[in-house]
Amino acid sequence: MNNITYFKDQFEQLQEANPNDTIADLRQNGFDAFTKDGVPTYRDEDWKYTNVSSLFDKEYLIAENSTITLADVNTIRLPGYKQANELVFVNGRFIANLSTIRSGTTDLVVLPLEEAAKGEYKEIVAAHLNQSSNYLNDGIHALNTSFINGGVFVHVLKGKEPEHPVYCYHILDARQNPALAQPRSLVLADENSRLQITESYTTLGASDSFNNQVMEVVVKENAYVEYYKIQNDTANASQVSSTHIRQIGRSYVHTVTITLNGGIVRNNMNLVLDAAGNETHLYGLYLLKGKSHADNHTLIDNLKPNCFSNQLYKGIADDTSTAVFNGRIMVQPDAQKTNAYQSNKNILLSENATINTKPQLEIFADDVKCSHGCTIGQLDEEAMFYLRARGIPKESAEVLLLQAFAADIVDQIKPEPLRSYVSKLIYEHLAIQ
Amino acid sequence: MKEKPDTLEQAVLTEYKYGFVTDIDTDVIAKGLSENTIRLISNKKNEPEWMLDWRLKAYNHWLKLEEPKWSNVKYPIINYQDIIYYAAPKPKKQLNSLDEADPELLATFEKLGISLNEQKRLTGVAVDVVMDSVSIATSFKEQLSEIGVIFCSISEAIQLHPELVKKYLGSVVPMTDNYFAALNSAVFTDGSFCYIPKGVRCPMELSTYFRINTENAGQFERTLIIAEDESYVSYLEGCTAPMRDENQLHAAVVELVAHTKAEIKYSTVQNWYPGDKNGLGGIYNFVTKRGMCKGDHSKISWTQVETGSAITWKYPSVILKGDHSIGEFYSVAFTNNHQQADTGTKMIHLGKNTRSRIVSKGISAGHSQNSYRGLVRASKQATNARNYSQCDSLLLGDKCGAHTFPYIEVKNKTAIVEHEATTSKIGEDQLFYCKQRGIDAETAVALIVNGFAKEVMNQLPMEFAVEAQKLLAISMEGSVG
Repeated sequence: MNNITYFKDQFEQLQEANPNDTIADLRQNGFDAFTKDGVPTYRDEDWKYTNVSSLFDKEYLIAENSTITLADVNTIRLPGYKQANELVFVNGRFIANLSTIRSGTTDLVVLPLEEAAKGEYKEIVAAHLNQSSNYLNDGIHALNTSFINGGVFVHVLKGKEPEHPVYCYHILDARQNPALAQPRSLVLADENSRLQITESYTTLGASDSFNNQVMEVVVKENAYVEYYKIQNDTANASQVSSTHIRQIGRSYVHTVTITLNGGIVRNNMNLVLDAAGNETHLYGLYLLKGKSHADNHTLIDNLKPNCFSNQLYKGIADDTSTAVFNGRIMVQPDAQKTNAYQSNKNILLSENATINTKPQLEIFADDVKCSHGCTIGQLDEEAMFYLRARGIPKESAEVLLLQAFAADIVDQIKPEPLRSYVSKLIYEHLAIQ
Repeated sequence: MKEKPDTLEQAVLTEYKYGFVTDIDTDVIAKGLSENTIRLISNKKNEPEWMLDWRLKAYNHWLKLEEPKWSNVKYPIINYQDIIYYAAPKPKKQLNSLDEADPELLATFEKLGISLNEQKRLTGVAVDVVMDSVSIATSFKEQLSEIGVIFCSISEAIQLHPELVKKYLGSVVPMTDNYFAALNSAVFTDGSFCYIPKGVRCPMELSTYFRINTENAGQFERTLIIAEDESYVSYLEGCTAPMRDENQLHAAVVELVAHTKAEIKYSTVQNWYPGDKNGLGGIYNFVTKRGMCKGDHSKISWTQVETGSAITWKYPSVILKGDHSIGEFYSVAFTNNHQQADTGTKMIHLGKNTRSRIVSKGISAGHSQNSYRGLVRASKQATNARNYSQCDSLLLGDKCGAHTFPYIEVKNKTAIVEHEATTSKIGEDQLFYCKQRGIDAETAVALIVNGFAKEVMNQLPMEFAVEAQKLLAISMEGSVG
């Protein structure tokens, strides 16, 4: 584990270079926790089906300055970008001069996290940054915390509904060396505000990349948040992507996670429903081929009464891929009248693919309605026969049925240019044999 | 008029009705566990050399293991040196019939409502009574032996049928399987042994009543059931235990082997002392139960009704090795006061066209915690494996918890696995419907809960269904807030 010594070196350099940083203590705690816990192994219940320790065998460089230019960014923009606030992260750091903020500062504030932690937003950052560690208390999360540097703070102001959505492009420059990126962001949707945020990931170059990301989202009273994650990176791009959303006022959150290509992909989607009457919808789709390994962990922690949550995750595993779903619903003693639903549907297409799923309910209140269901199966033979009988070749019929299977989730992507973009990605992904 | 408590609290206060201590001379060895303890046990039971070696091997392996921590139950650290590992009612003389048995012992069973005499005469059930750790009386043995069925205590089997015991003991649950299985392998004192020869359909339900009697005596039962080709057996296991202040550890191992076209039906009603209403005392029930569908077209079915024990921690499992084999698991787990239950099953599909079905009903009341934990695994070779699981939880009261941890691992593209789970409290509309028709809340709840558990209760053999329903009713009394 040369990496651990390397991380220690890097960490010390980072701390020395920023002695007056208000986040320095947080980083120190993070690094202490990382030293103590180390990288999780399959012996940790939460990582039983996903082995991330292999990712740490590589000689990553916590890349300093990268030579990414605007021209590179141009190749990866998402549709509708002309109307969007585009935040560009290179090797995990927010790069202001590659980013474009179209909304006015009276609607939307975008600041480097370190800057926000010092100035006007000092208290907000102090109150909300790293609340996620209460839920994600493993070494991976701690490692991200120990390298908070170059993060971003996004704040939708009270009562504002910026017309431009926020796009986050994560670029990993692995053209020379294996790249490790640890982006950190804090997003605050203030009272009566509205926010739409989308993240996408691109690895440049043929080396391996590892993106260990943490995004914390705080949603206040009457706010409305849509969150989209599109993972369609190269086969040597791995990531642990943690999204920790806290609904601290009565609010509405809608998330969709699409996983198409990648190496080892682990998504933590945590929802903390910390106000009465919250409503949350989580959707996910994973279409895996090759050696991809996708692991979706969702957690809905119902702390207050009268919350509603609905989860639907669907997936297909082909070739030698592995799909993991672990959905956890917790209902705390105070959270009476909780309604929580969860469904996970899988199709296994190959002899050598694996699906592991674990829908989990932990309920400490009596007046609740909770249910979960999961299925693992194959394509419907009758539907297949119907199509084949009408002269549609097997391959096309398969693609058609799989597309239909995926449509439930794709339809949950509300903004138009994104929806057809994802739809097209999926078609291409399925059609290439 | 029958007196009925009319609030949930009062129901929760319902005292354990089977708490009493029978005063019988028992042969007790000193507390503590060491190689010498094992030699002593083995010696007392007059065991052959290979058995002692097997025990010692298990003990040495156990020393290397750590107590597992992953379960969703909490209990104080168990001091394994503070347990009496052997307690046998003193064998005064060989018993030929029940009339010769200790009258006090018979009275104990009388109190439990499982009079041997009556059973023997009326129901035709062969009862292998385990009072503490040694079998006292085995009835109907002769009748069974005529058709070649061997039904005796495991110690007897070690003496009389060593080749069978040697072949099958530890073949389903190896001594290295887990912490408690290793401990059991080292120190088990008694249990039942059952062998059904080829083509025999066992004419009666085989039954064992377990009874923990000597204070501080942990019970380490070992049960081994072998069903040869095309045979059938239904086995009943029931437990009640007297009131205790200190926790008692029970770490049993049950192994089932079903050969080609054989069927084993294993039913349990477990009503051990659950501790008092403050969670003091009660039995720790840490059991390893596993069946192996070894031959093609074999079937193993587990049915359990769990109402007792302070902590229940067990997962009756089936390894579906033979092609076309079937595994079933039906469970009702009721927890009250401070009881904790972490129970479920494992269905390991290895053979082709294997099927399994899981129906689990959890009911929690008081401050109890009730977890379902299950694993369904379809391996690469398990073509056309099929599983359906359903786990429902019912919550009575706002201080209890109900949890579900289903693990599903599929590596075969022809496998179909379905799982569904729900958690809710008793429906207001159902209660309203009953009350509106003049049924008081109390009876209505019992009615609804019985309906909730019906699917599982129906799987029990007649003899047991009655006892199980009675048990559930006692636990249910006044569960309306």
